[in-house]
Amino acid sequence: MKVIKPPLPSQDKRWKIIDAKMRKLGYEPNALIETLHTVQQAFGFLDTDALKWVSKSLRVPPSKVYGVATFYNFFTLKPGGAHTCVVCLGTACYVKGAAQILAAIETFAGIKSGETTPDKQLSLLTARCIGACGIAPTVVYDGAPAGRLTPEQAVDKMKGYLHVA
Amino acid sequence: MSLEELSAIAEKTKAGRKQVCVRCCMSAGCMSSQADEIKKALDQTVASRNLGDKIEVRRVGCMGFCGKGPMVSVKSEGLLYEEVTPETAPSIIEALDGGVTSVAKGDPNHPFFASQTPIVRANGGIVDPERIEDYIELGGYEALDHAINELSPAQVVEAITLSGLRGRGGAGFPTGLKWSAVSKAKGERKYVVCNGDEGDPGAFMDRSVLESDPHTVLEGMAIAGYAVGATQGYLYVRAEYPLAISRLQIAIRQAKTHGLLGEGLFGSNFNFSVEIRIGAGAFVCGEETALMASIEGRRGQPRPRPPFPAESGLWGCPTLINNVETFANIVPIINRGAEWYAGIGTEKSKGTKVFALTGKIRNNGLIEVPMGITIREIVETLGGGTPDGTRIKAVQTGGPSGGCIPADLFDTPVDYDSLMKVGSIMGSGGMVVMAEDTNMVDVAKFYMEFCMEESCGKCIPCRAGTVQMFNLLKKILARKATLRDLEALEELCDMVKSTSLCGLGQTAPNPVISTLRYFRNEYLELLQPGAAE
Repeated sequence: MKVIKPPLPSQDKRWKIIDAKMRKLGYEPNALIETLHTVQQAFGFLDTDALKWVSKSLRVPPSKVYGVATFYNFFTLKPGGAHTCVVCLGTACYVKGAAQILAAIETFAGIKSGETTPDKQLSLLTARCIGACGIAPTVVYDGAPAGRLTPEQAVDKMKGYLHVA
Repeated sequence: MSLEELSAIAEKTKAGRKQVCVRCCMSAGCMSSQADEIKKALDQTVASRNLGDKIEVRRVGCMGFCGKGPMVSVKSEGLLYEEVTPETAPSIIEALDGGVTSVAKGDPNHPFFASQTPIVRANGGIVDPERIEDYIELGGYEALDHAINELSPAQVVEAITLSGLRGRGGAGFPTGLKWSAVSKAKGERKYVVCNGDEGDPGAFMDRSVLESDPHTVLEGMAIAGYAVGATQGYLYVRAEYPLAISRLQIAIRQAKTHGLLGEGLFGSNFNFSVEIRIGAGAFVCGEETALMASIEGRRGQPRPRPPFPAESGLWGCPTLINNVETFANIVPIINRGAEWYAGIGTEKSKGTKVFALTGKIRNNGLIEVPMGITIREIVETLGGGTPDGTRIKAVQTGGPSGGCIPADLFDTPVDYDSLMKVGSIMGSGGMVVMAEDTNMVDVAKFYMEFCMEESCGKCIPCRAGTVQMFNLLKKILARKATLRDLEALEELCDMVKSTSLCGLGQTAPNPVISTLRYFRNEYLELLQPGAAE
């Protein structure tokens, strides 16, 4: 049976990158997670149009695509802020005071973990363990981990790139 | 590729070596403290001082002593520098050229290093993980040639069986037995899967092995493929480890270019290729059937066993699934013999184990110790006690599936069976030290919250039980609970343990059970007095 490929959702070049990834994996249904990774890398989050398009391209029912997208913590269905701050809550960080760090950052930014500031500047997230236990407690700022932090230092580091009072 | 060509690469690499090699740790821990800038500064100083024909600056993997990183070592001079910064790095080169340096010197013969037995981590901190030539120089891929051209698949399985190696993922299933089951299973297609979904919080052994020496894992997988009759391997790595993923991609590409992965390896008709599959943040995917569901692109939910993956795994084909550290043990066993390996460790637990020693401990980092070493030796000799000299209260092993071992049991030898006896497990290798100021009920709550959030939701005991247990622990901590609540908690522990579908649920109560066993007083103190009845 010839499979009819759905058209790209828009002219945006990023769809081509995602299509190339699916082609490389033979448009097999088992390419779903790899494809969603590529979508998230390209767009920062998974929106409904993207999920629908991936569902058609890989011939996986939308319910299954949505199921996978919401099962895994790594995928997000909402756009994040311009900057991300991930507080590691692994055991080693926890023993060394990660909870206090998270509380200090929450107070400073005025949002809870999992939220984004109203001005879309900062998303605050937590991680189970980033595996940098040797330098616990750790916070990852825009992808760059910083270790051995006190709550004060953790907040100070954010002032560097987050222009809030 | 033939053995002669392999030796030629090794010879050529050796001949190109400079007199002095300055090794700069570029693992995730040190990278977070600007190790890339440090390497740049070292390179620039070598260039500006025209020392290029004498000194080589090499990117290497983890040296282990993460707590003192970033680290730079000059092995030929017996020098080890700690807490290097991009600003102080140039003086390390100057010191090799008649100058002086103010960078803190560590002791390469410190008990932290001297008490270790590196087998899995033998190349860590020595080879450049992004250059296959470095690995080949030290005899890399010779074990694969030896296995393919001089041993039958059955002989390889026998060697692994004789070595006594047990699975390093935590449960300790005999590796040889697993290999033998997959090799005997009938099926046209078979798969080899490497479990690199290191989800236990407080553990980073596999990350370090993958970042420091990716080829040893690939070679181990290829040998496994030959032994069980599989031609395709999958390496499942968590998305939280971007550096490990990128180094593995480089390693696979280089191995393919050199004909060390792909078709007709070492002149035989054996084919083997490896693909990376990136996890997406689900702790339960460390469970083998959930991991395979994830590779197939589905939600990572476990299914009942049997059938075991050895009979029916990926896409219903016989599948061998082992942990990263298990695969990293294969090459040394093939190279040095099963008898040699079986000579290390205890009667029932052979070889070494890598631990991530973290928490309230002076020397934190990655250690590889022979099985049978006592917890006391690890914590006191290698770890050096707590940073501020306070008393250590307990050591937690095995993450959310393990338990807390109190200080008066520190003479327990570290092996699969002894740890089980004291109510914990070997686990994948996390070892978190807790001091007097750690509240054990809070620790139990911490792990229960973890299991509650990571429960995949498939079976009720785990999905609902973890929530109930978490609420009870919260109630106890809020000083609102009675003795009856404690009884309910213990009952739930027993129920969830006995009736959950997979390992996550079956072991979720362990942190509560073990803290109740050794620190019951801390629970009782929090109970509401008078409200008991």
